[in-house]
Parts: sequence; structure tokens; C-alpha cells
Amino acid sequence: MGEPPAGPGAGEAPLPKSAGESPPTPSPEPPGSSERRRARWADEAFGAFALAAAATLVALPVLLVLIVGQDAQAAIVRFGPAFLIGRIWDSNLPPVTFGASTFIAGTLETSAIALLIGVPLSLGGAVFLAELAPDWLRAPVASVVDLLAAVPSVVFGLWGLYVLVPYMRTSVDPFLAKYLGWSPLFAEHAGSQSGASILTASIILAIMILPTISSVSREALRATPDSQREAALSLGATRWEATRLGPLAYARTGIFGAAVLGLGRAMGETMAVTMTVGNSDNFASSLFDPGQTLSSKIAINFGNAVGLERSALVELGLILMALSLLVNVVARLLLRSMTRIGKAGV
Amino acid sequence: MRPPKRRRRRAKSFVLLGLCAVAVLVMLAPLASILYTCFVNGAGAITPSFFLKNPPQACNPAAGAPCPQGGVADAILGTLLLVGLASAIALPVGILGGIYLSEFSERPLARPARFLADVMTGIPSIVIGVFVFGIFYFVAQEGWISTFSAVSGYTGAVALAVIMIPVVARTCEESLRLVPTSIREASLALGIPRHRTIVRIVLSSARGGVLTGALLAVARAGGETAPLLLTAGFTTGSIFGLSGWTPSLPVLIYQFSAGGEPNTTQLAWGAALMLVLMMLVISVGARLALRNRFGGRTT
Repeated sequence: MGEPPAGPGAGEAPLPKSAGESPPTPSPEPPGSSERRRARWADEAFGAFALAAAATLVALPVLLVLIVGQDAQAAIVRFGPAFLIGRIWDSNLPPVTFGASTFIAGTLETSAIALLIGVPLSLGGAVFLAELAPDWLRAPVASVVDLLAAVPSVVFGLWGLYVLVPYMRTSVDPFLAKYLGWSPLFAEHAGSQSGASILTASIILAIMILPTISSVSREALRATPDSQREAALSLGATRWEATRLGPLAYARTGIFGAAVLGLGRAMGETMAVTMTVGNSDNFASSLFDPGQTLSSKIAINFGNAVGLERSALVELGLILMALSLLVNVVARLLLRSMTRIGKAGV
Repeated sequence: MRPPKRRRRRAKSFVLLGLCAVAVLVMLAPLASILYTCFVNGAGAITPSFFLKNPPQACNPAAGAPCPQGGVADAILGTLLLVGLASAIALPVGILGGIYLSEFSERPLARPARFLADVMTGIPSIVIGVFVFGIFYFVAQEGWISTFSAVSGYTGAVALAVIMIPVVARTCEESLRLVPTSIREASLALGIPRHRTIVRIVLSSARGGVLTGALLAVARAGGETAPLLLTAGFTTGSIFGLSGWTPSLPVLIYQFSAGGEPNTTQLAWGAALMLVLMMLVISVGARLALRNRFGGRTT
């Protein structure tokens, strides 16, 4: 796939001079020089292969943008910017109408709530593991927390469907509705009692991003020099105050970057959300309502869609890609400044 | 005046740090619950027929005919074929790409390639599915291939490979960078050609890290569901090669999760148990291997 031939000068590395440029003796030993020529040729060939692989790394994202853009073109031309704010997704009405706003809202809503739940939890865990836990406890517990990242998304979905959804239906949703039902966010509507809802999907997402946020912020906390903790303790701060003034303040950029990284993961997540969000194309005004995200809409409908609807689904993918690229770039910038600070501080 | 305030600060510290400890317990709970439910619901499905038979076709227990237990034989086979072909594409390309990023880092293509590989790992896997389906759909429409359709095992394997390549390349690069420059220089000074230096000396010293990275990428591909849903499709029948719809364990879990026949739900749990155990074994194994190599530093 897309392997351009080695361009001119591709094989001219500065290093193999030692192999190529021997003293200009008038070739007294033919076997040696032919061996050298062969080695040089092999060097060139190896460089060309490596170049082809690197060119593949460059070509894939370029090709991705071209193909996805091409496939989405029909929908972009037909609906224009109105696609972003349209609420109706109907391929049966005489003028077929596709709008993405419900799904964009679903993606933003679920990943925002996932952060609200996941960040305090994983940050608390990271503080415990990085600052409080004794050494013999730290490494094993941290490894077990990280193992959560190895569980496939579809298994989270299956677990969500058979464990979390019934639990939400029988316990969590009624409890929240009883005490917070006065707010429209927690209002119970007809048809919202199944347990599969925006809130359920958000909780699954929160669990799935725990290992990401936890491990990155753990590293940020541990990069804090001891002097920061000692300074606070020597002024009479309690253990918590020392943690807040020292590591938590020092690592805040890294922690923020970890949260943004988690946001990126949450937005792109597909299977677990598809299986627990309820899959309703109607706008979810309450957290108990079933909803749909960009990724779950693609997963549910792509197999049966043809023509304009498929193009509209691809455009949903384009929006999803733009959102997660934006978030990932922000996370990368934040985390890069963290490593810079970390290096300067130590 | 002073002691009560002091006591309050102490109490606040105790409570908040206690909450941090509780947070760790809460973080461990989902993994425990997932493992527990997979065992309880799925262990019963793991019988010889689980590996040897295909899912039962629609059966009617009300009419007196008991449903056969069935199995997921072709989904296991499908996963092996898909991941095998994807690895056959992605590992050479990824490792060579990693070599380029690390050993030829002074060349002009290295920086953009590294940047775009990072970008690629941040793209949601379902978008990769849309992308690779788009390629094969285009190719099939132009009539360049006629032996298989756009939704096929080949499409699925390419989608998995596209997900794996940047991951393998970046982990390979990171491992190669840990090899001291002096070793490269020593080898070159002895007149050993550059390609042999890279393959025999550099790659060979870093093989632990490179293999671990590759193994983790293969494991990740084995658990991917969303792209396969779009590209490889699903069938409960037998498969012959990769040219038709190819079932895989993750997609089978998704398709059977909604229930219907009781047996299919149990098959989904059995497949989930198998998948989770495989992932955990690979992940723990890779962690141990890396720890042995790099002196036990786990953050």
C-alpha cells in the first residue's frame, strides 16, 4: 500500500562512510572490494525497505482523510453546515433528512459525565498509590488497576448490559430520581425506565478511562521532587495539605493532560457505549433517557446503510475524528509541557 | 484557640486521604466484578463442543426439540485468521517503520512519520473501520477485485493491520532507542555494514521490548470489535477462507449479547471469558517480561 520508490538520495546516510570510503588503494584484493560493494548494495536495499515502511506511516493518515472525505462528500454537499445542527435522522421521509446534533450532543454528554465521575476517582486513587501506599503495595495494586485497560471494549459492554443496566434500573435510577428528580436532568420520562441510558453509558465510560487517567497522573505525581513535599511538611502542614500544596499543585498540568487524554478515549469508545446507551435517535433531555453517540450511531446503522445515508454516517465519522484529534492534540501539548517541567525540576 | 483548629485540620487530612484509599478500592471493583460475572456465566459454556461446533441455528424449545448447545468454533478460527493475516501485514511494516524512526531519524521523513503515527493512534478505531471499508468498497465498485466483496475477512484483516502498524512502529522505536549508541558505533567501526548492525546488533539487543510491543499490539487487535463489525461482518455458518463474511469472537459477543436463545447468551459469556483470560495473560506476561528487562521500575 502506497510504497513510493526510494527517492534520490534516500540511501545516502552519513554513517556508512566507514564502509564505503576506504583509502584509495588501486584494488589489490578483488574479493574484498566486491564484498564491500555487495554490503553497500544491501545497505541501500535495507534503507529502501525502511523508507517504504515509514512512507506507509505517512500515507495511511493521508489516505484516511482522502477516503473518508470522499465518502462523506455526498452528505456534505447535500446538507452543508446544517448537518451539524439538524436533529432529525430519517431515511424514509420523502425529503430524506440527516442531522448530527443529537449524536454530537450524545458524545459530548457521555464523555463529559464520564470525566466528572472518572477524574476524581482516578485522581484519588493515583494520590493514594503515588503518595501514601507503601512500596510493597504500590506496584501490585497499580498493575491490577492498569489491567482494566486490557479488558476488551465489547466485554465491558456485555458486563454493562447484564450487570450495570439492571442495577441502574432497579437501584440507581429510582434513587437519583427520588432525590434529584426536581431537576430536568434527572427527570423520568415514559420509556426511560429500561436502565440503558446516557447515564449508564457514561458510567461505563468512566470505568474504562480509569486506567488511562490514573496511570498518567500517577506518573505526573511521582515526578514531583521531594523538596516540594518536605517544604510543606516542615511548615507544619498536615499530610493532606502537603499533598495538595506539593504534588497536586506541581503536577496539575500533567493531571489536566491525563484528564484530556481520558476524554479523547471516551469520545472514541464504541462497543461498550453502543450496548448500554439505549440507541434512541431522539434527543435525550434527561440523563435517564436512552440516547445515541456518534460512534454508536455508526456501529448500529453502517451495516444496512446505502447511498446518502452511508455518506451521512461517514460524515459522522469525520466529525468524531475531528473531535478526537482536537482533544488528543491538546492532551499531547499539555503532557509535553509536563515532561519538560518534570525534567527541569528534578 | 489553637488546638481545636489543629484537630480539625488533622481530621480533614485523615478524611480526604481516607477517601483516596476508598477510591482505589472503587477502581478495583469493576475488574473484579467483570472477572466474576464472566466466570459465573461463561464457565459453563466452555465444553468440547464450544471449540468444535458452530452456534445453534434458530430452534424452538416450545415444540419439544431441545436446543443444541453449540459452540463458537468458526469465530475462534475467524479471529485467528484475521489476527494472523493482520499481524503478517502489520508486524514487518511496523517494525521496519520503527527502525526507520529510530535508526534513520536524521532523514527528512522521520519527523512527519512519527507525528502522523501518533495522530493515527489517536483516531477512534471505528473511524479506521469506516476508512478501510471505504477503500475496499471503492476497489470493489471499480471492479478491480471480483473474488471477494467489500465486507470480507480480508477487509477486516487490513483494518486490524492499520490499527496495529502505528502502535508497533512507535513501541519498536522506543525499544530501539534504549540501545546505547556506543554499541552501534562499535559495530560500524568494525566494518560491519549498517543493515547488519541494525538487524544483528541493535534489533537483537532490543528484541525483548520489540516483541513485547508487538505482542501487545496483537492482543489489542484480538479484542477490537467496532472496526470488524463494519469490515468483516458476521455469520453463524462455517467459513471457507477470508473472502466472505468472517465471524470473530468480539463481534460474536456483540451479536449474541442481546440474547434471543438462551444458548447464544451463554456462548457470548463463554467467548467473553476466553477473550478476557487471553488478554489478561498476555498483558501480565508482557508486564513481567518488561519488568525483568528494565529492572523492575513500575510507576
